Amino acid sequence: MSSVPPVLIFLVGALLVAVTKGHIRRGLLLAIPVIGGLNLLGLQEGDILEFEMFGYTLVPFKVDSLAMLFGYLFHLAAFLGNLFALHLEKKDGAGVQHTSAVLYAAAAIGAVYTGDLISLFVFWELLAFSSVFLIWARKTERSFRVGFRYLVIHVLSGVLLLSGALMLAHETGSIAFGPIELDGSLAGWVILIAFGIKAAFPLLHTWITDAYPEGTPTGTVFLSAFTTKVAVFALVRTFAGADILIYVGVTMTFFPIFYAVIENDLRRVLSYSMINQIGFMVTGVGLGTALALNGAVAHAFADVIFKGLLFMTMGSVLQMTGRINGSDLGGMYKTMPITATFCVIGAMAISAFPLFSAFITKSMVMTAALEEGHIWVWPFLLFASAGVLEHAGIKIPYFAFFGHDSGIRAKEPPKNMLVAMGIAAVLCVVIGTFPNLLYSLLPFPAEYHPYDVTHVVTQMQLLLFGALAVVWLMKRGLYPPEIRALNIDAEWTYRWLGPRLIRGVGGYVARVDSAVRKRVLGAVRGTLRGAQKGHGPQGILARTWPTGSMILWVAVLLAAFLAFYF
Amino acid sequence: MSEQEHGQGVEGEQPPADERQHVWDKPGNVKLLFNVFYALCVIFAVLGLVIPGGEGHEGHAWEQLPAFYPVYGFVGIVALVFIAKQMRKVLMRPEDYYDE
Repeated sequence: MSSVPPVLIFLVGALLVAVTKGHIRRGLLLAIPVIGGLNLLGLQEGDILEFEMFGYTLVPFKVDSLAMLFGYLFHLAAFLGNLFALHLEKKDGAGVQHTSAVLYAAAAIGAVYTGDLISLFVFWELLAFSSVFLIWARKTERSFRVGFRYLVIHVLSGVLLLSGALMLAHETGSIAFGPIELDGSLAGWVILIAFGIKAAFPLLHTWITDAYPEGTPTGTVFLSAFTTKVAVFALVRTFAGADILIYVGVTMTFFPIFYAVIENDLRRVLSYSMINQIGFMVTGVGLGTALALNGAVAHAFADVIFKGLLFMTMGSVLQMTGRINGSDLGGMYKTMPITATFCVIGAMAISAFPLFSAFITKSMVMTAALEEGHIWVWPFLLFASAGVLEHAGIKIPYFAFFGHDSGIRAKEPPKNMLVAMGIAAVLCVVIGTFPNLLYSLLPFPAEYHPYDVTHVVTQMQLLLFGALAVVWLMKRGLYPPEIRALNIDAEWTYRWLGPRLIRGVGGYVARVDSAVRKRVLGAVRGTLRGAQKGHGPQGILARTWPTGSMILWVAVLLAAFLAFYF
Repeated sequence: MSEQEHGQGVEGEQPPADERQHVWDKPGNVKLLFNVFYALCVIFAVLGLVIPGGEGHEGHAWEQLPAFYPVYGFVGIVALVFIAKQMRKVLMRPEDYYDE
């Protein structure tokens, strides 16, 4: 092996970024992913680092084609993210944000090159602890609370992963990060839930829609790239072909698109959209064929770039206007035409227009579903695809940059942000137009040709007539307006119901407690009063009696005895 | 979410009265855009009728239905939006709903 484990470059890099500033730090931020990328070229499949500990084999570093694909992806994401955040200044908490971003990238890159679950756990936790600063750097009361909730949920995921790994070690004697059985294995289910939290399975998804809209304008770009994709990677490694993931994945593609229609915060719309996209990947993992798995990882690759691009454009809008609600924005294309153009490109990419990236990746999963005979899965996926067009393809660019004129005249963001968005936009088109560039990196052996006439025409029909429906609804005044409000989701259980239940139960306990105390006090008081009556200064039992009366009473008692025994 | 939280922004300046017209301020441009869009809809609807359906293509039975994709796209989006609107009645809360 002529290269070092990629994570080392980012760990050392994070340390250097933490102790430098100004031009040196900016240079480092761009150099780290570039040096890391060159280092990747020297890695070879089969490179491995392993040692024995407590009778188990720890494999902190192992190279195969699946790890390499995510390795390239995360280096690219780190480069684009760092470039996008390059302008940060001291008042933005630049030192903290840059350091945590590089450390966060290190965690993601470390995780995909691990070969055992304990090593994975270490990076799994680092993902959470490094990234939370990208939320806290917002420096508001709200971001502090959100970050704390984010941390609690992710630490829980880590605890489950570690518990599952230990149970698996007990069950099978192995902690290898490889295929895991679900049948009759509690360990398998615990690990699946640990991964499911980070992959935003339904009901476990609320941390995304809670935390991602609260990150800093640049921080959320990193957040959108790493955590969930590490989870998808982990699912491919361990649970490929697990049927349950088909159902989980389809549900994920389905329910968020309804929320996305009525959500006002545009970065929260993108967060729901992200769950929808991960749904396609999870479905692919569940299908488990070579084509489906290639589709899952290829879609993860494309998603990091187009979703990153969309989060960058919304981050730019937030940074330059201070606003992110659809109800407050509109008409921004007038003074931010370049950002608006990039947003439209990202929107076309996520909507899977031919020549854009999702067209060549999402269709792999959908084709695999049909090949495997899941004829009822396919209509749901097709409906979800149309839904993506509605919320990410039309709503995001329309409400931010076009639509009704908000009167805000904000300038284009700094050059580094524009260049980062420009590169991402170009990649969306390059991947979509030259699919073999990405296909050649895919880890599983499967042939797929996205560009046949039928596919192009039918996809264009779906999208154009879906768009026509939006136009018709808007012209008829049937399209729901953006409203300054929030929509409750599963987090309602722990943010509203839970606290009230605890308060309610607490209140009931307090009432019962006070009633019991009252009773007991009453009884004690009664006894005391009785005793007082008897033994008090005036009490009948406290009087001094003449000896004669004592003799009288003894006589009465003896008489009673006598009467009793006869 | 209060505006102050986002900081550093331009605070809702009104457009100057004599501001130059932008590309989508001109009704002619908007009309042209919509006409191109409608034309594309027609072109692809016709193409769908002309091209041989499903050859060399792992298909679903529904794809054989006439105009399946246009209808599914249109009806799907309308249904999506209507259901989402109904969901608002159940799910919508004031912005400060969770504020402790």
